[in-house]
Amino acid sequence: MTERRIKVDALARVEGEGALYVKIAGERVEKVEFRIFEPPRYFEALLRGRAAAEAPDITSRICGICPIAYIMGACQAMESALGVEVTPEIDALRRMIYCGEWIQSHVLHAAMLHAPDFLGLHDAIQISGVAPDLVRKALRLKKLGNTLMEVIGGRSVHPVNTRVGGFYAAPPEAKIAALIPELEWGVEAAREVALDFAAFDIPEDEEDYTFVSLIHPDEYPILHGRIGSSRGLDIAVPEFEDQFVETHVPHSTALHGHMADGSSYLVGPLARYANNFDRLSPAAQQTARDCGLGDVVRNPYKSIIVRMVEVQYAIEEALRLARAYVPPAPPHIATPPRAGRGAGCTEAPRGLCYHSYEIDGNAHILSARIVPPTSQNQPQIEADLHRVVSANTALDDAALKWRCEQTIRNYDPCISCSTHFLKLTVERD
Amino acid sequence: MAKPKLAVWKFASCDGCQLTILDLEDELLDLAEVIDISHFLEASSAIEKGPYDLSLVEGSVTTAEDAERIKAIRAQSKSLVVIGACATAGGIQALRNYTDVAGLTRAVYAHPEYIETLATSTPISDHVEIDGELHGCPVSKAQVIEFLTATLAGRKPRLPDVAQCLECKQAGTACVMVRDGTPCMGPVTRAGCGNLCPAVGRGCYGCFGPFTGANTGALAADFARLGVPAPEIRDLFRSFNAAAPEFEAESRAHD
Repeated sequence: MTERRIKVDALARVEGEGALYVKIAGERVEKVEFRIFEPPRYFEALLRGRAAAEAPDITSRICGICPIAYIMGACQAMESALGVEVTPEIDALRRMIYCGEWIQSHVLHAAMLHAPDFLGLHDAIQISGVAPDLVRKALRLKKLGNTLMEVIGGRSVHPVNTRVGGFYAAPPEAKIAALIPELEWGVEAAREVALDFAAFDIPEDEEDYTFVSLIHPDEYPILHGRIGSSRGLDIAVPEFEDQFVETHVPHSTALHGHMADGSSYLVGPLARYANNFDRLSPAAQQTARDCGLGDVVRNPYKSIIVRMVEVQYAIEEALRLARAYVPPAPPHIATPPRAGRGAGCTEAPRGLCYHSYEIDGNAHILSARIVPPTSQNQPQIEADLHRVVSANTALDDAALKWRCEQTIRNYDPCISCSTHFLKLTVERD
Repeated sequence: MAKPKLAVWKFASCDGCQLTILDLEDELLDLAEVIDISHFLEASSAIEKGPYDLSLVEGSVTTAEDAERIKAIRAQSKSLVVIGACATAGGIQALRNYTDVAGLTRAVYAHPEYIETLATSTPISDHVEIDGELHGCPVSKAQVIEFLTATLAGRKPRLPDVAQCLECKQAGTACVMVRDGTPCMGPVTRAGCGNLCPAVGRGCYGCFGPFTGANTGALAADFARLGVPAPEIRDLFRSFNAAAPEFEAESRAHD
């Protein structure tokens, strides 16, 4: 029997450090382990004793690519623990800066980290050799997302203007208005990039995923909603810990997320899209249809297109919010200390991100729990790899390795978040 | 002349400083014309072997394996420059230096025996000789551009080693300590972020770390006069640059 071992020690074009181990005996896949070697950084333990007001800034350092997800999850959880609610104007500004994060994070991943896989290239700079307009357009879109974050948050990596209760200062109306022309350009540009990606040679694959995301009756979910699944789960945010469990496996410093019955599930763009297609804007829905997508996408390689549909939606949303902008006054609500417990849950670019905290009467943190999207997706990534390797044992080692890496990148895995070093080892017996 | 070879490396970190390089949307393609990006795992799967002319290192050392890895990187780098608060001062994960790591592991992981880690998070300069530092959590885009431009031109980069207060004066930002009584780390924190926090009425939280000669004791006394309790004074100095010697000493004085 042929024994095959394929090894990748450090996976490229992902955020963080990880590896993959695959062992194949003949046609049979014996073992698949998606390994995360990112050194543990102990955020939950280190938060104990710190002020509740520090949680957004400290947890934003879990991930430089999606700091707003951590800032907003922590803010919501603390506001819930403190028993306060922000004004609609603050909430609208939060949604606008979160749109900025979706735009920059999705475009970074789709155009610069994932697209090279479909073109047989190594990076965006190589793509610029064959499709310079595509790369320039993508960079301009990414910059648009970053600019939104800078105008509202002060800077795009670890914004400083956000806080429990709202914002330190409301951005001036003129600065928000100045974003409008570029946002108007961005709606069409995102659509064009989505159509370009739809023309890629996309591998055939399908999986009957359990899609888990926020679900909101009136809007495509970013900051609000109940937690729901494509199999009928429908719970309030504080019930998360009853339905989802994390286990610790020897090959990873990230915890593995499972549903209470032990099954794996998927969070992220495909899940949001499947659970909330009707709440996308008509124009974003039209782009999806023009890209050949249905209301539910079960081919994980098409996540690159879904990300661009979400980019178009996020730009339309930011445009709508910018046109309707009313500076929140005051920019933040009062947050008097009290003892309490609170949970927060938002849609990070990579999917559901859950926070819960318990605080004492002086608003100091007693305990913290954070469940980032990549640790929830880790078992599903392994299941996808198992399926993809099984269906492609005819490929030679180099091609199979390429396909494995591409499969992992379908998830835009943020290993920094889930804790980090992806090493890929494929072993064939 | 051959293009200089650039490598970018990651240790324990959030990836935000590497991202700041990828966020050079207007400069990235031009940069690739004049620099050979030889090893940048977050951005490219094309990996060239060393030696490298310039290595940029993000992140802090928290495992025995990483303590060895940085030595190997040093050996193949003509110049090694550390970027960001993790690499220059241990980062937020250096809060572990003030506590018992075995206890932390038990708190986060069901099977502490699977986890191998050092008791401390330390800056790169504790392990190898370095040739330069870019500060900040994250580093500033403007400083990354200045540093790369200067390096390519063979001149010394212009990077400030003065207080954040100077940026307030230059920008005409009112002093939040004087006006609002808000504790501000600006008087001991290195300038370079672009005057972000005071400009939105917030006290600087020290993410660029101390400048050379910062008088932390005098500022801590000012905080006490404003009525800030000792544990809060300690935490102001013990955050994103928790292992910077000046901040570490001051935070320990309020334990």
